[in-house]
Amino acid sequence: MAKILAVDDSASMRQMVAFTLKGAGHTVTDAADGKQALDIAKTQSFDLVLTDINMPVMDGITLTKELRALPSYRFTPVLVLTTEAGGDKKSQGRAAGATGWLVKPFNPEQLLATVKKVLS
Amino acid sequence: MSIDISQFHDVFFEESFEGLDAMESGLLNLEEGAADVEEINTIFRAAHSIKGGAGTFGFMAVSEFTHKMETLLDEMRNGQREVTPESTNVLLEAVDVLREMLTAVQQDQPTDDARIAVVCEKLVDMLGGDEAGDTVESQGETETAAEDGGEGPIGWKIDFRPHLHMLQTGNDPVRMIRELDSLGELSVTADDNNLPPFSDLEPEDSYLAWHMELRSDVAKEEIIEIFEWVDDDCDLTIEPLLGTATVAEVSAPAEDEPAAIVEADEPFVDVEELDEEADLIAEPAAEAELKAPAAKAEAKQKSASTPAAASIRVGTDKIDSLINMVGELVITQSMLSQVGENFTEEMLPQLIDGLAQLERNTREMQEGVMRIRMLPISFAFNRFPRLVHDLTSKNGKQVDLKLTGEQTELDKTVMEKIGDPLVHLVRNSLDHGLETPEVRAAAGKNETGTLNLNAYHQGGNIVIEIIDDGAGLNEEKILNKAVEKGLVAASDNLSPEKIHELIFMAGFSTADVVSDISGRGVGMDVVRKNIHSLGGSVEVSSEKGVGTKFTIRLPLTLAIMDGQSIRVAKENYILPLVSIVESLEVKGSEIKQVSGKGELYKLREDYVPVIRLYEVFGIEPQITDLEEGLLVVVEGDGQKVGLFIDDLLGQQQVVIKSLETNYRKVLGLSGATILGDGTVALILDVPGLISLYREPPSGNSVVKAVRAA
Repeated sequence: MAKILAVDDSASMRQMVAFTLKGAGHTVTDAADGKQALDIAKTQSFDLVLTDINMPVMDGITLTKELRALPSYRFTPVLVLTTEAGGDKKSQGRAAGATGWLVKPFNPEQLLATVKKVLS
Repeated sequence: MSIDISQFHDVFFEESFEGLDAMESGLLNLEEGAADVEEINTIFRAAHSIKGGAGTFGFMAVSEFTHKMETLLDEMRNGQREVTPESTNVLLEAVDVLREMLTAVQQDQPTDDARIAVVCEKLVDMLGGDEAGDTVESQGETETAAEDGGEGPIGWKIDFRPHLHMLQTGNDPVRMIRELDSLGELSVTADDNNLPPFSDLEPEDSYLAWHMELRSDVAKEEIIEIFEWVDDDCDLTIEPLLGTATVAEVSAPAEDEPAAIVEADEPFVDVEELDEEADLIAEPAAEAELKAPAAKAEAKQKSASTPAAASIRVGTDKIDSLINMVGELVITQSMLSQVGENFTEEMLPQLIDGLAQLERNTREMQEGVMRIRMLPISFAFNRFPRLVHDLTSKNGKQVDLKLTGEQTELDKTVMEKIGDPLVHLVRNSLDHGLETPEVRAAAGKNETGTLNLNAYHQGGNIVIEIIDDGAGLNEEKILNKAVEKGLVAASDNLSPEKIHELIFMAGFSTADVVSDISGRGVGMDVVRKNIHSLGGSVEVSSEKGVGTKFTIRLPLTLAIMDGQSIRVAKENYILPLVSIVESLEVKGSEIKQVSGKGELYKLREDYVPVIRLYEVFGIEPQITDLEEGLLVVVEGDGQKVGLFIDDLLGQQQVVIKSLETNYRKVLGLSGATILGDGTVALILDVPGLISLYREPPSGNSVVKAVRAA
């Protein structure tokens, strides 16, 4: 099972994501903003990073860029959690080096299906 | 796997209400100055989070409503829309509606759809019908999609050539190929034509391409979806695989195959039986559907009857320090038990040390646990910017609200109960205290008045001040009113302080006309009463033309208080230390018997009524002569009385146990506590005792109630 870093400023989303992934046997570390996540990512390695886009301190796009600049995260799948209205967010995320996205609102099943997709 | 996400609803509601508060204060800040992008961003983010959460947790109405707010905020954020007072007001109104919607959803109550619709319309008006455009557009998209996915060929021919950097987006071509494989029969040919000589090969780049044929009746969209994340990072062509001769040969067996499998599995099944089986399968499904609504209704009923337990957010540092203290307590305990195991007289100093340590541990633990319930007063202060905004837009006054000491902490319960009195005092200052800009200008003051809410700790209390630089209390008007109401005699020569105090008397209101803002029949007497019921006090000081200051003093917690042990005959009682004015030995000459009013004791210029506690509680007295006992002068509800007791014992902190939860409310008692020796002592409620004294209930119910207990 995989080690996953889940980043969201909303506690309820963070808990839901962590609970769902843990239920599927993954190990989850969470962070409330991009800065926190980046600090954690520098000291540990993860198989997958899931990040919200709109966050205080450091947003998900910047986080993705920063992660990609780290040698150990060049190929790590990074999924951004975006809303349906955020068409330009998808392209921004991609430009920053994100692997893909998951459109909010999503349910636990959709989350697991997407995660399964990127974890080979 | 099905996961119950309702367990996250509480957190969602909590953070949404916090988000709403942030939006509200952000919007109020916007109004003051030029549009601050960071501020708008914060507001936007809060709306965005609420929308996302609401969608995820299935509150679609909330999500849709927030979406409109978000769109408006997004336009402001991108500079496409100016921040105007109108838009701010609409957004503030929307915040209110959203708060109501969330509250309704949380409590499983119906929402006020009419109000939602009104505000929703305002938002849509403001957006200028952009929303409608969105919908049409997306409909168009769906139609094209349907066209593409129509008449299917026998499969798809897919050419997939990742760009060099694709691996560095974390996308592995193997994933796409694997997913295609799951859609049908896939044949893959790798194309290594672009592979450079080994010496030039960059291991991090992707040089391979794949030509694939997928035999399946899936729509093109499903294939596009697989490549959705990489369509900018690869060259992709998807063409229908037509039924050419070669392909047809391959595809024909493929079509037959499923049928063959069925035959092999169930060689003797005929069509009718198959139908029956289908029915059987359908039945449990139907049953499940029937059950589902019933279960839902049940769940609803349950949640309605048991209100969610109130929760509190506690900083981890507080918990950590508590755990630390528990650790120390454990050490002390093990040390003491070691001392106790084979105790000799020489170990006495060790025992005393240990007990002292235990006392310190206990005190620290007590403080630590109390701190968990402590919240910064900003929770109570935060509603005032909005209140001031709304009221000043109604009464045309200009007010600068200053909040200071917002981080001062106090008990959550005290905070909840002080909210209303604070609102009353602030409304009062805005309505009666601060003048209109014209009046202020005429008096040579700044046209904008100042209202300062300040909080700080002092001893074991929190002090909250409400200070305005308004006109001050009008002593003449207050005095006239008090005389008119018969509260004081015209001949009384009252000091300014005494006159100020009059505003706290029952039935007093100086407002000539009951205004919309304050004075809805709830007077300052209620404010004082509420504060007293929290064990606090409120004072006013005022200077004509300069301003008025209300000072509220509250205990930091309701769970523990400083008590004075007293003895009445053989019983011990606890008196709240704050209510005691003084204790004295009675001089027989100063006692006056007044018919119908009982005994009065002359205390300097005042006469205080004497309450013999043994009478109130129906105890067999040991002393009845006032000169032999003590008189404790206490104050409650602005009135002083003397309690006749046998003796004063010690002062101590007592933990208050509620009588209401364990027994029932008893007039004259505020609770009970357990003393050091394990006995129970009742805690006296001074205002209750005073009202008992004024109107003794028939048959003396306190006695009965206490006896029954």
